[in-house]
Amino acid sequence: MRRTNVWGWVWVLLGTAYFLMPLLGAFQFSLEMRRGVLSLLAYQRAFADPEFWSTFLFSNQMAVLTIVVSLALIVPTAFWVHLRVPQWRPVVEFITLMPFVIPAIILVFGMIKLYKSPIMIGGLTLMGPPTNSVIGTNALLVAGYVILAMPYMYRAVDAGLRAIDVRTLTEAAQSLGAGWFTIIVQVILPNLRAALLSGALLTFAIVVGELTLASFLDRPAFGPYLWLLGQHRAYEPAALSIISFALTWVAMGIIYFVSRGRGGQGQVAGAH
Amino acid sequence: MGFLDLVQIHKTFGVRPGTMPAEATSVRGIPATAAVVDFNLEVQRGELVSFLGPSGCGKTTTLRMIAGLEQPTTGTIRIAGNDVSRKPANQRNVGMVFQAYALFPNMTVASNVGFGMRVTHKPKEQIASRVTEMLALIRMPDFGDRYPYQLSGGQQQRVALARALAIQPQVLLLDEPLSALDAKIRVELRGEIRRIQQQLGITTVYVTHDQEEALSISDRVVVMNAGRIEQIGAPFEIYNFPQTIFVAGFVGTLNQLRCTVEDPAAARLSFDGQVFRAGNPLAAAQGASVLAMLRPEELRFGAVEGENQLNGVVERVTFLGAIVRIQIRLGQSLVTLDALNERRLTLPKVGEQQTVSFPPHAVWVLQAS
Repeated sequence: MRRTNVWGWVWVLLGTAYFLMPLLGAFQFSLEMRRGVLSLLAYQRAFADPEFWSTFLFSNQMAVLTIVVSLALIVPTAFWVHLRVPQWRPVVEFITLMPFVIPAIILVFGMIKLYKSPIMIGGLTLMGPPTNSVIGTNALLVAGYVILAMPYMYRAVDAGLRAIDVRTLTEAAQSLGAGWFTIIVQVILPNLRAALLSGALLTFAIVVGELTLASFLDRPAFGPYLWLLGQHRAYEPAALSIISFALTWVAMGIIYFVSRGRGGQGQVAGAH
Repeated sequence: MGFLDLVQIHKTFGVRPGTMPAEATSVRGIPATAAVVDFNLEVQRGELVSFLGPSGCGKTTTLRMIAGLEQPTTGTIRIAGNDVSRKPANQRNVGMVFQAYALFPNMTVASNVGFGMRVTHKPKEQIASRVTEMLALIRMPDFGDRYPYQLSGGQQQRVALARALAIQPQVLLLDEPLSALDAKIRVELRGEIRRIQQQLGITTVYVTHDQEEALSISDRVVVMNAGRIEQIGAPFEIYNFPQTIFVAGFVGTLNQLRCTVEDPAAARLSFDGQVFRAGNPLAAAQGASVLAMLRPEELRFGAVEGENQLNGVVERVTFLGAIVRIQIRLGQSLVTLDALNERRLTLPKVGEQQTVSFPPHAVWVLQAS
C-alpha cells in the first residue's frame, strides 16, 4: 500500500493558500463596486475608459517591437555562443544579468542624459536628439525594454538551445548545402518554438506592466495608466490586476500546450 | 591520383591554418595538440574506405576535414581533381551521416530527405521524385509523413543516409553511423549501407572503431593510431599481414610470442626453450628478438603431425557457443586458441598439460620494438 505523503500535501495546501488568498481577496473586492451587490461594474468601467484601450494598444505595440528586436539580437548571439565560443557562455550570462543589477531608474536617466544631445560622430551630426521626437523616444523606450527583458529572453533561448544538439544539426545542414540564414530560419528557430514563445510571453508581461521607463520618457503606456488609475480609483485597479493575472495564466497555458507539440524541441536522436 | 585525395594532411588544434607542423608549439600557454599527422590517401571512385582506430586516433577529425567542418593546418584535399581544402562545408557537395543521426526534429522524413535539394532551389517535382526514389532505396517508402521521433534508431539512420544521398554527393562520409544502435540492428544496417553504396557506386569514407564493421564492408581499411596511418590495405591483408605491432594487436585477437631468431634462413625461432618454424625466411639477424604472432583460429589443440608444436598448461576454457576459447600458459605467455565447437569435441581440463599445434605459414613475424 502506498504511503501518503501527508506533510507534502500540507505544504502544497499552505503554499496554494498563500498565493490564492490575496487573489481571491482582490477578486472579491473588484466585484463590490456596487454597494451590497456583487457585480462586474468595475470591469465595465475599466473597459469603457478610452485611455485604457489607447495605452494598452501602445504597450502592446512596444511589446511586439521589443520581442522582434530581442529575438533578432539574442537568437543569433546565443546560437553563435553555443556553436563557436562555448567558453564565452559565462561571460554572456553575466552580461545578461546586468539588468537585474542596474535599476530601471538608472537606465532611463542614463538614456535621457545621453540621447538629449544630437548624435554625432567625429564632428558630423548624424541625427538630432532622439528625445526631441516621438519616434526617437519610442525607439529609446524599445531599447530600454530590450535591456530589461534580456535576462529572460536570453535564458529562454539558451535553455531551448541546450535541449537540441545545435552543433550536429548545424553541421548536418551545412553538409547539405545550407548557409547561415537557412540554418537559423529553417533548422534552429523551428526547434526553439517553445523557448521563443516563453521568452516572448515573458517579454510581453514585462513590457505591458512596466512603469519607470515609460513614465520618465513620458510615453502613453499601460504601466503609467495603471499607476495613475490607482491614485484615484479603488475598484478598477483591482479589476485590472485580476485581468493581468488571468492574462498571465493564459500565456503560461499557451506555453505549456505549445511545448507539448511534436515538431518542437526534443532530442536530435538517441538509441532505441 | 584518386577521386578523393588527401595530401600531406596535418591538423594541430590551437594553431592557425598554414602553420607548419615543426612550428606548432604552444599557443598562449595552451599546448597545441597534433590530431592528424602526415596523412596521405588516395581513394578511387566508387571505393569504400574505412578509417579504423581507437578513440582519439584522429579518424573523425580527418573525416571532418574532408567534409569541410574542420580546416587542415597544412595539406591539400582534392575531390575529382578540385582543391577543396579551403572551401566551406556547404560548397563541397559532400554528403555526411552523423553518429547522432542529426535528423531535423521539426521536419517530416520526406522533408528531411528533400532538405538539401530545397536549399539549392531544385524544382519541386524533381525534389518529390528524388525523395520517393531515396525512400524506396532505404526500403521505407511509406514513412514520408512521419517525424523523426516516431522512428526507431535504425530507421532514423536510414533516413539520415537517404538525406545525405539525395543531393547526389561526390563523396559520402559516415561518422560511426552505427555506434548508437544495438548489435543486431548494426549488423543488418551495415549490410544495407554496403548494398546501397555498391548500387550507387558512390565514393565513401566510413569511420568506425569497430573492426568487424570495417573488415566486413570495406574495399580498403586505413588503420590509424595517434593521428598517423599505421597501415592501408584490403581487409584480408590488414587482418592476415599486419605491418606494425599496433595493427596486429588492434585488429582481431592476436597471440604475441617474444622469440629469438635461431636460424633466419631456415626461419627457425626459439621460444621458452622450444623451437618452431615460420613459413618464410626471416629478415632479422640471428639472435635478434622478434615477435611471432599467431591468430587464435590458426592454432590447433593437440599434437598435429607435420606442424609446429608447443607444450603448455591449460589455464582457462570458455565456451562461447560456436567457438570454444582455450587459454594455455606457454612459459611467460598466455596463448589463446579458438576451436570450432563440435558435439564430439572433448573439452580440456584446467591444469592439464597440452600441446598447441600450428602450421609454419600461420606465424607472422615482426621486429620487437
